[in-house]
Amino acid sequence: MSQAPTPAAAPAKRPAGRGGRNLELSDELKAYKGVWVFIEHDRGHVHSVSWELIGEARKLADTLGCPVSAILLGGPDEPLEKFAAEAFTFGADKAYIMKDPVLKGYRNEPFTKGMTDLVNKYQPEIFLLGATSMGRDLAGSVATTLLTGLTADCTELKIDPTSKALAATRPTFGGSLYCTIMTLAYRPQMATVRPRVMLMPRADASRTGEITYDTLGMIETQVVTKMLDFIADANSNKINLPYADVIVSGGKGLKNPENFKLVFELARVLGGEVGSTRPCVQAGWVEADRQVGQTGKTVRPKLYIAAGISGAIQHRVGCEAADVIVAINTDVNAPIFEFAHYGIVGNAMQVLPALTQAFAAHLALRSRQVA
Amino acid sequence: MHIVVCIKQVPDSAQIRVHPVTNTIMRQGVPAIVNPYDLFSLEEALRLKDKFGGKVTMLCMGPPQAEEALRKCISFGADDAVLVTDRAFAGADTLATSYALTAGVRQIAKEQAVDIVFTGKQTIDGDTAQVGPGIAKRMGLQLLTYVSRIVEVDLENRSITVERRAEGGVQVLKTSLPCLITMLENTNEMRFANLPAMIHAAAYPVRKWSKEDAGIEDLSKIGLKGSPTVVSKVFGPTPRSEKVEMLDLENSSLRDVSLNLIQKIFTRHPTLESDLLMKEMT
Ligand SMILES: Cc1cc2nc3c(=O)[nH]c(=O)nc-3n(C[C@H](O)[C@H](O)[C@H](O)COP(=O)(O)OP(=O)(O)OC[C@H]3O[C@@H](n4cnc5c(N)ncnc54)[C@H](O)[C@@H]3O)c2cc1C
Repeated sequence: MSQAPTPAAAPAKRPAGRGGRNLELSDELKAYKGVWVFIEHDRGHVHSVSWELIGEARKLADTLGCPVSAILLGGPDEPLEKFAAEAFTFGADKAYIMKDPVLKGYRNEPFTKGMTDLVNKYQPEIFLLGATSMGRDLAGSVATTLLTGLTADCTELKIDPTSKALAATRPTFGGSLYCTIMTLAYRPQMATVRPRVMLMPRADASRTGEITYDTLGMIETQVVTKMLDFIADANSNKINLPYADVIVSGGKGLKNPENFKLVFELARVLGGEVGSTRPCVQAGWVEADRQVGQTGKTVRPKLYIAAGISGAIQHRVGCEAADVIVAINTDVNAPIFEFAHYGIVGNAMQVLPALTQAFAAHLALRSRQVA
Repeated sequence: MHIVVCIKQVPDSAQIRVHPVTNTIMRQGVPAIVNPYDLFSLEEALRLKDKFGGKVTMLCMGPPQAEEALRKCISFGADDAVLVTDRAFAGADTLATSYALTAGVRQIAKEQAVDIVFTGKQTIDGDTAQVGPGIAKRMGLQLLTYVSRIVEVDLENRSITVERRAEGGVQVLKTSLPCLITMLENTNEMRFANLPAMIHAAAYPVRKWSKEDAGIEDLSKIGLKGSPTVVSKVFGPTPRSEKVEMLDLENSSLRDVSLNLIQKIFTRHPTLESDLLMKEMT
């Protein structure tokens, strides 16, 4: 079972906790203070989800009246101080740095030990991580080691006014329902959030903070898992859906993989990315990295154009945060029209080329006017 | 080689509907399936068994009807199946679930030592991706999540090499057995069950263990009591208050509709047009 509520218990009226559960925080755990964010970095780059989380942590910490700390684990030659400085500009007050040759490149065992030790030593109240392959791997291990609660893939984080606990909201049952989860009697309260679910905070270059250093206390021979190699994705065809400003997505309504070129053409004119639905990925029409939705990527573009997409809930949860959603579908009753801003009932194979042409002409005209 | 594969029976979430008034899940007629992500792990386990021989034991924590999910796995070629089922497990979150499953694996390992534990990457109802890491930590096993390929297993030296999906690339990791692996989706394709296998599975005596059978005495670690997280509220998505604006193709040309739409988009999102123009110039 899992954090998904049992359907029988779904009505919201049921009071939190039953069966003699301990829902009170012990005095010892009341000492836990502050909001932590794990800063995920790899080969010289911080994953933007970490900054998004600092922005969110700032709001939580302001409500609680406590500091935000950035947690950085890495190798001695990695620019952790530079990352810390950046974290300060986004809203962190402190940074905890652990540098050790063993921490160069992510491996579960040393990172879990480092993280767990830091938590036990400095006792944060809330600990946030990105729901990435690194963050999820680490969060699950750390939460189990600390025997505390962890809420995955949250879409909203708030402080409950009565209990002052973290109220973490997440989609469940494929996005058909949401549930709010709290960790009342354990600390820290841990949560992961997917990239692009939270807004990127504004940087304030004048902000600085204080750095604390700690040591790992583990040597390479104690780490069982060895990293033999890292095969970086080819940069040329790197798909970066979560951070695209414009996404043109195609679904099964495009009928065959060849028609996807209409989607690619519109995306090219708009300088955007191509997205898709799960059935198209499963049919091998497009790469898995293009899947938008519950089991794909969460996106937050300014413009999302959905062509031949029904708008199933699993797709909707991945794209509904877009500023403007345009849907092209032959079926006027398609669920996509329930959350699109503009809809065209029509054949995507005709509408897409017309749109491509109109956008190209419009942008060409405007750039001549601007120049 | 002895492999334990942990699975969960889940409602087919694609078919779940939410009652528009009560906001509760309408489960009637929704089929229960084996969590699809678990099948990638099962298939990988079966491939290892094809190669090295040995045994694949299925493990599930769930209500009695989850027996069906285990039977399904037997029909694919798993050798044995254990359902850890007890009312006391109800309401378990991921931490309590990992405790119960860990007890199950330990009990199974008493019969025959376990080389690899597989779990799904995540479930399609809970979606947390935490149970695998939880079991690994509790058992002190090396954890390999998001594995896209098992490169090599060296039984003599008790080592395994895998490729693991990370952000921006693939890690090639080598570790020692026993370990816990979660497979990435679409890394293999589940084999078909043939008729004799299905007949065998239908009659297979799935073992049902109570909490005592699984060696669990401490009630504070399982079910609701063993779950640090508390579900405080369940609600449906807020319907968008704003209605979609339809552009009519019947009374105007495709070109006019397109131009009209572009006007509307740029009016609604004032900075988008300049962003696009900037991009075009750089
Ligand atoms: C556990 C689970 C996880 C899932 N995760 C995801 C996910 O992450 N992302 C995701 O997208 N899906 C996901 N799905 C699948 C999801 O439920 C839907 O099946 C899927 O989104 C539908 O894709 P589609 O809209 O492309 O295809 P369809 O549902 O087949 O819809 C095609 C649409 O195209 C329209 N159409 C047909 N012809 C034309 C034409 N000529 N011009 C214009 N329109 C046309 C049709 O009216 C229809 O609305 C998941 C499902 C499950 C069970």
